[in-house]
Amino acid sequence: MAEVRAEMVANVWKVLVSEGDQVDEGDTLVILESMKMEIPILAEESGTVTKLHVAEGDVVQEDELIAEIG
Amino acid sequence: MFDSVLIANRGEIARRIIRTARRMGVRAIAVYSDADEGLPYVGEADEAVRIGPAAPAQSYLDAAALLEVARKTGAAAVHPGYGFLAENAGFARAVIDAGLIWIGPDPEAIVQMGDKIRARNLMAAAGVPVAPGTADPVPDAEAAVLAAERIGYPVMVKAAAGGGGIGMSAAHDADALRKAFETARTRAERFFGSPEILLERYLPRARHVEVQILGLADGRVIALGERDCSVQRRHQKVAEETPSPGISAQLRAQMLDAAVRAGEAVGYLGAGTVECLVDAEAQTFVFLEMNTRLQVEHPVTELVTGIDLVEQQFLIASGEPVSFDPAAPVRPAGHAIELRVYAEDPKRFLPSPGAITVWQEPSGPGVRVDSGYAAGTTVTPFYDPLLAKLCAYGATRDEALARARLAVADFVVTGPKTNLPFHAELLANAEFVSGNYDTGLVGRMRQA
Repeated sequence: MAEVRAEMVANVWKVLVSEGDQVDEGDTLVILESMKMEIPILAEESGTVTKLHVAEGDVVQEDELIAEIG
Repeated sequence: MFDSVLIANRGEIARRIIRTARRMGVRAIAVYSDADEGLPYVGEADEAVRIGPAAPAQSYLDAAALLEVARKTGAAAVHPGYGFLAENAGFARAVIDAGLIWIGPDPEAIVQMGDKIRARNLMAAAGVPVAPGTADPVPDAEAAVLAAERIGYPVMVKAAAGGGGIGMSAAHDADALRKAFETARTRAERFFGSPEILLERYLPRARHVEVQILGLADGRVIALGERDCSVQRRHQKVAEETPSPGISAQLRAQMLDAAVRAGEAVGYLGAGTVECLVDAEAQTFVFLEMNTRLQVEHPVTELVTGIDLVEQQFLIASGEPVSFDPAAPVRPAGHAIELRVYAEDPKRFLPSPGAITVWQEPSGPGVRVDSGYAAGTTVTPFYDPLLAKLCAYGATRDEALARARLAVADFVVTGPKTNLPFHAELLANAEFVSGNYDTGLVGRMRQA
């Protein structure tokens, strides 16, 4: 079980996975955008996306939960 | 001179323009998004109007809303600053059509220079050197590979309508080029609304040197010296200096002359910048692009020439002569350096928005700070990470660097991470201090 959190305040630009998807370590889960820069958020381990906490257009705060991988 | 100006921008550049407007007795009208309500420029303007929510598309990029503010406040002129709508010919035309003064070049010059492919072809025709590259938009990745075989690797892939380094990447072989092409095209569509891509020979050890020009109301174009902008991360400038330590007097004269020709080729009016790549070893240069607006790093030119560039923009836009004698050659004196203070971590350069609790700007002889924030304000993720521009001036480069080192040490910002520690590192870096550096410098600093 791994929690994926935002490193900084950012807008959620793209969500590339859905709950239930199988992901491999290094896969891009979502792409954040902050200060005109795209920041891809990668899976740190392989598994299933059990919970997705963000949608495109959301604003996430630093350390906010983005997804859970189990 | 017009009596009022709407500043269609935010942050440090809005504040910078307000400063000159107030000195000249021109009423300064600012606009702000919900995210920027507490920033210093809002309080310093003679009048400030809310323009919309934080998202740029609904605020600083909303041309209709800006024109409505201009109408309601009775603004006589519009200054676009840089970024946002500054190089949007449609907005420039709408401003002019609304009977207002556009502080910038003719919209047709923006169109010609905004398309990097057209600009390249136009410059080549005007006798300005350009790098080997494509003369037409590259339709797909395979066409890019074919073009690269002719141009020679490495090649730089660029969005024709691009800027700020977004979507740009260098490719050293066909596989990397296919990838770079797709990335560039996606970003070009997303950020610039045009999928057109061009390829140019990439010079990995080049310097990025640009020339400040002014197109005068009487049609003459003059050059006000160069700026060296080779300190870059992600193809975006981090520090600039003038004069460039990497060009000879002879090359400088050639570049200034070419920049004037470039301006004349498009009938340029107002402040503009001709960006070039310089091969310091061969002492040759090629045209890169022209920015049809005030440049972020304009203060270094102001420091060595004593000329207020925003004032010249105002004078030219109102059809008046500039404040100095344009027939006498401008002789820059001394050395100036600008350090862009970004809200980003100093190691990986990742954005770091946040609330500012302490903000202490340095001061002293030869120190100039153009800042957009203050204690109690918040850096939001909606706009670029520029917090302030810290400039240092000295009679010599060594003096300017010494003053910059002290100023960096005295600049205190608490809250967001900033790249001030990077600047301290830069000012102590042997390669940078030697003056013999190129656009690969920051990459080498981070590999070490």
